Amino acid sequence: MPVKDFNGKQVQVDDEGYLVNQADWDEELAKAIAKEEGIEELTEAHWKVIHFMRKEYQEKGTAPSIRRLKNTGGIPVKELYNLFPGGPAKKAAKIAGLPKPQGCV
Amino acid sequence: MPANEDRIKKVSIIISKGSLEGVYPGLIMANGARMEGIDANVFFTFFGLDAIVKKRMKKLKVATVGNPAMHIPSLIGILPGMSALATIMMKREMEKLDIPPVDEFIEMIHDAGAKLYACKATVDMFHLKREDFCDEVDDIITVGQFYEVSAGAQIIFT
Repeated sequence: MPVKDFNGKQVQVDDEGYLVNQADWDEELAKAIAKEEGIEELTEAHWKVIHFMRKEYQEKGTAPSIRRLKNTGGIPVKELYNLFPGGPAKKAAKIAGLPKPQGCV
Repeated sequence: MPANEDRIKKVSIIISKGSLEGVYPGLIMANGARMEGIDANVFFTFFGLDAIVKKRMKKLKVATVGNPAMHIPSLIGILPGMSALATIMMKREMEKLDIPPVDEFIEMIHDAGAKLYACKATVDMFHLKREDFCDEVDDIITVGQFYEVSAGAQIIFT
């Protein structure tokens, strides 16, 4: 497993850069991963998505689908794509420290 | 992960069938493309138009006749209520997988930034008008315009 350095913190990631150990995650790490994904600053709206994803993951064991983010999380699809350009479900999961989402929708 | 230059960057998906099982593969592929950051156009033609016609999009049915993979004889498939039953069963399974109903899916795909087009030849043939279509439809275009908007895209026919 590759080890990656985020601001001096060494963490294990998989081949695509998703965190291996959930326990490594904190908000500082999220900011560093976001920068790598091209998101300079995490706004209040970003955090709402990240926290909802983490909560769902802890409760259900899988990251929520875009539909669930919309209907249960109250985050409109358009906003989601604007917040995390180029693949919202995967990018947000990566920043939230979750494994790569596996669903087709 | 494929090298960057090998990645698919744009797709144009043609939906030509109006049954539930005819419409969903194209919708799932279009939505999946946007989820991967791939540009997507969806072109609805012939009976595929039913997926974007306001009156019909919520009422699409599974075809139970002439499909050997349904594993029921066509003679049973023609009985009243069979198509409705198969539709209810398929929708229930899709809901479990968080696959939305057609109207909600169309809205999601549109909000995800995909462009939705109706085929002009079929629109004229079926005597449909702009107001017959849901708001998410971007335009009614000719096949020539479809090829124009598809520049650089992989074209997928369903």
